[in-house]
Amino acid sequence: MAAKPPYSHRDPMLKKRDDFEDILEERRNSSDLRYALKCYTPVVYKGVTPNAASLLKTTVLQSDQLHYVVDQLSKETGVAADVIQEEASAILEEMAHRQQLSTVRFFAFTLSKAFKALFRSIHVNEEGIQRLQQAIQEHPVVLLPSHRSYMDFLLMSYILYTYDLVLPVIAAGMDFMGMKFVGEMLRMSGAFFIRRSFGGDKLYWTVFSEYVKTMLRNGMAPVEFFLEGTRSRTSKSLTPKLGLLNIVMDPFFKGEVFDVSLVPVSISYERILEETLYARELLGVPKPKESTSGLFKARKVLSEDYGSIHVYFGQPVSVRSLAQGKVNRCHFNLMPRHIPRRPSDETQCFVNDSAYSLVRAQEENMVLKPWVLLASLLLQNQSQGLLLDELTEQAVWLRGLSREYGAFLNWPDHMAPSEVVSSSLSLHRDLVKISGGRVQLALGGQAGPRQPCSSPITEEELMNQAVVVLSCTSYRNQALHVFLRPALLASAIHIATSAKKEEVYNSFSFLRNMLSNEFILCPGATLQDFEEACYLLGKTGALQMSQQEMQVTDSGQKTVNFLTAMLDPFLQGYQVVCRYLCEEATEALTEKQFIPAIRTFIVRLILAGSLRYYELLSSDLQKNALAALLRLGAIRKIKVADNVTLKVNRLMVNSLEDTLGGKLPTQKAVAARL
Amino acid sequence: AGPTEIMKWNGWGYSDSRFLFNKKGQAEFTGKRYRLSGMILPSLKDWFEGTFGASLQHKSPATVSAIYIYFFNAVQPPTLNEAFVEDLKSVGIPFSHDAEDRVFRAHGHCLHEIFALREGKVGRVPDLVVWPNCHNDVVKIVELACKHSVCLIPYGGGTSVSSALECPPEETRSIVSLDTSQMNRILWIDEKNLTAHVEAGIIGQDLERLLNENGYCTGHEPDSMEFSSLGGWVATRASGMKKNIYGNIEDLVVHIKMVTPRGVIEKSCLGPRMSTGPDIHHFIMGSEGTLGVVTEVTMKIRPMPEYQKYGSVVFPNFEQGVACLREVARQRCAPASIRLMDNEQFQFGHALKPQVSSIFTSFLDGLKKFYITKFKGFDPHHLCVATLLFEGNREKVLQHEKQVYDIAAKFGGLAAGEDNGQRGYMLTFVIAYLRDLGMDYYVIGESFETSVPWDRVLDICRNVKERIIRECKERGVQFPPLSTCRVTQTYDAGACVYFYFAFNYRGLSDPVHVYERVEHAAREEILANGGSLSHHHGVGKLRKEWMRETLSNVGMGMLKSVKDYVDPNNIFGNRNLL
Repeated sequence: MAAKPPYSHRDPMLKKRDDFEDILEERRNSSDLRYALKCYTPVVYKGVTPNAASLLKTTVLQSDQLHYVVDQLSKETGVAADVIQEEASAILEEMAHRQQLSTVRFFAFTLSKAFKALFRSIHVNEEGIQRLQQAIQEHPVVLLPSHRSYMDFLLMSYILYTYDLVLPVIAAGMDFMGMKFVGEMLRMSGAFFIRRSFGGDKLYWTVFSEYVKTMLRNGMAPVEFFLEGTRSRTSKSLTPKLGLLNIVMDPFFKGEVFDVSLVPVSISYERILEETLYARELLGVPKPKESTSGLFKARKVLSEDYGSIHVYFGQPVSVRSLAQGKVNRCHFNLMPRHIPRRPSDETQCFVNDSAYSLVRAQEENMVLKPWVLLASLLLQNQSQGLLLDELTEQAVWLRGLSREYGAFLNWPDHMAPSEVVSSSLSLHRDLVKISGGRVQLALGGQAGPRQPCSSPITEEELMNQAVVVLSCTSYRNQALHVFLRPALLASAIHIATSAKKEEVYNSFSFLRNMLSNEFILCPGATLQDFEEACYLLGKTGALQMSQQEMQVTDSGQKTVNFLTAMLDPFLQGYQVVCRYLCEEATEALTEKQFIPAIRTFIVRLILAGSLRYYELLSSDLQKNALAALLRLGAIRKIKVADNVTLKVNRLMVNSLEDTLGGKLPTQKAVAARL
Repeated sequence: AGPTEIMKWNGWGYSDSRFLFNKKGQAEFTGKRYRLSGMILPSLKDWFEGTFGASLQHKSPATVSAIYIYFFNAVQPPTLNEAFVEDLKSVGIPFSHDAEDRVFRAHGHCLHEIFALREGKVGRVPDLVVWPNCHNDVVKIVELACKHSVCLIPYGGGTSVSSALECPPEETRSIVSLDTSQMNRILWIDEKNLTAHVEAGIIGQDLERLLNENGYCTGHEPDSMEFSSLGGWVATRASGMKKNIYGNIEDLVVHIKMVTPRGVIEKSCLGPRMSTGPDIHHFIMGSEGTLGVVTEVTMKIRPMPEYQKYGSVVFPNFEQGVACLREVARQRCAPASIRLMDNEQFQFGHALKPQVSSIFTSFLDGLKKFYITKFKGFDPHHLCVATLLFEGNREKVLQHEKQVYDIAAKFGGLAAGEDNGQRGYMLTFVIAYLRDLGMDYYVIGESFETSVPWDRVLDICRNVKERIIRECKERGVQFPPLSTCRVTQTYDAGACVYFYFAFNYRGLSDPVHVYERVEHAAREEILANGGSLSHHHGVGKLRKEWMRETLSNVGMGMLKSVKDYVDPNNIFGNRNLL
């Protein structure tokens, strides 16, 4: 709890953000061909070594790091060193990018066409671009965009090309390579490919990390990768992966570069291309393997309107200043730097904290559209829906609240709220229906989830409805980071046995810990989060705090209800998972069976009318709940032959369920264990 | 007594030798002592103004004269220990409590020390100066100091750059500066074993001159050798320019005699190497005056070299230069001296070229420049220069020279002539005078050094230089600083790197504080990049704060327990090191 906050805690209302420019506007008014063939002369890093690009592979293959590992492996396995070196060479060949300007120009042309067809506008903060340009000249740069769509990295390169900046080299998942032609095209536009998992493969790891570090040390091009590791199917930010971040920070720790600039980039889509695709995937319809033909089928998306995109280039973060006082670089003094070593606990902790604060920096600058607020409201009023006027009124209220909480809301203030609402609804007409002045989620024939008395629906119908609900939640989720901390506090007050500050804090800490696989909650920052939540609720007058007590005010009831309702599906979901594990799970439950089994269980509960949240069907939530229980030690993995079975500590799971439901006080014992 | 008339009291070196800008705005170096003396340096002004954003219009001369200091009570009256003084009189050892003598021995040559003197500010100074004439005098003085509880601070050449000579302000006892300058004789020379027994107060250049008269030399030539003393070398673990042939002080010393509060410490024989437990010489070397006074040293001598040749090599960039030095070290064929200057220092060296005597030479210079930059394609803003000094018998020197130039060629190095090399080494001796010139025009600066493994040389150079620039900017320095380095020594496992750093302080209210913070940050950067706390300047009081992390707790404890045993009452109370 003593850990320092990884971000500054001040009034979020006072956050200053840059203005946006629409880069598509010029594309609509001038020749795309001329644009694709324009003179492209980006400024480069001052320390860039000439010919570095052409020497990249040789440098990696001849590096001391690689030699060391090759020798070691050769000694361990008895395989000749040159055979292993060959292997390394093959790995590098499979991995390396082959960026060439002609391909980039080809993309510049085709993407111009595609973007204009798909999107109304692509907004970019030009001040951010200027900061980036400055940073590129001074230090090696790492670009860290959020990841919500396949589009992301093409879009990034497109923007950098537009602004005459050095094109990044991008770490991409190997699954793209499956698309033969496209994979090669992406490679030539600057992508390099890494296998999804190579945990124990020392050789692969060495080639890979040397490849990335060599590019950084020589400052040839910005390195781009996704902190979240994969596309978030839910629009919630994912728990950051630390591997690559560790790699790009390493040259600084070892003094090989003076500094490294990390630039968080927030890409917000008004409508996500993969909207229903993701929902299906979360519901268990398997993800279509990336294939070229699949991509062509996606052509029909070209005829739809996907609104606008906002890309916000955040403030470059200096690894040097970040590490000041946290990492003692002298630790690297006593061993040759090319010998691989596990990062120290201190370093690991630092990288982890940095990763969280970078993801939070991405979240902070995510642009929220009015629809995000509408989706939140509609999800909370699924059964009856809302009258258009009501919805507008509520939306205006929520607009105020979210701004108070520091949301980066893109609400056109010059338009009448009713216009804003109706234009948002029309863009997302697949997800809503308006009948008789009442707005509801478009859940097919039956209006809303079943009333206890209505006729039962089939599982297939249920799944179709769930697709709509999950699509909707992906928009609500975009706003979650704004409300998360106050919502945790509101829920904590709700389940706490008394209004005593200490009790509330215990409950807060319990919930926060329970949900830390679900949301971006930096380990060790409980107290900061609690203070932030108190500050925000207090500031808006929803909460009154004395020395010992915290009380929801009358005027604050609405806010608190909204916040509690926002978190409720998650709390319900975790309870259902617990219930399943206590009541239904057998001794032989394997890890692989878990998701299908829990899904069947939830479907059954919904069809029986005893559960109302369709979003609990999301495998994301189920996986997160499982991960949380594993982390807390309520479940243990046991390896039996080729299977991993889940051993459930029923007593503990049961008590967690009751605590989540507010039936059991946040026990000291549980709290201490957490 | 004392050299105060020949030497400057608030600057470096001899009173008659200094840089100045004459009425025509041209730089010249006064006096007759150096090769550069009496010469005009036509390009120094442009370099100076261009590099620092300084201007000859903006002067910042030393504000006060020596007379002010001495006669207007800027110096506190001495706190004398009367009983000690009486006893001193009775044993007949000369002493003085003149303000002039005391102030002169109260400082070394750190920037803050000289800056304060120029402004007429004097802190705590010794209360008394004594001049022992021989080892026995020192024994008597130390006995009396113990008896009367006075604090002794040994003083040799006064060239410390680690605040080692500063009197601790918290010291309440009478502080006595023990000046070894009268102990300056060579007591004997042993030609069979090639050793000389020398009193520790002798100054480097005198030692070398006297030995040369007998056909010998020690070969120990630290940059300060004109003024620094043998005892000082031992007390700080000094390093000489030509260590590749002759070794550093620890390699040169055969026997040391030191007077401590517990008595005299010395070994019983002159054997060239012993296995008798930890070498007690290593408690003495680097003790920085905290344990006692080194009085006599037996050191190795060599016949004077038959032949000396300077040389220089131009490299297209610093990276290539370092790679070449590394290869030379790998092949263990380093000449007596090999030094690599970075581009900024190369430019600086260029600015110190004296006026050429004939059109022909200037034409030749132009031709050389054309050849290197246009024909060979070296970028004048990246190229760097190594200076070389070969010594030995003529044939071997020429052979050696060829070997080194062949290696250099592999790294793109071009031989650039003897002249450039010789000028490079001459600069070593005059560079300290240049700081005084800078201080007349709002420019302050200093050098500091480290040693570092080979694989980190480039990284440390880049990062420390960058850190200096960054820190200056952050601390409000209005002009870009000069931040430059050179590799001055090569070893099997690494190198010694020197950093020079100076900036124009116009617009700053407390320039010395800014300077010190930047130097502090630079030292942190050095340590973070795997560099040592010091290669040969020592720790003094300036770098004390990093000793524990440098040596580990146990290491500190070992040193402390030695101090506690040898000097339980902290008679040698300069508070250096620990």
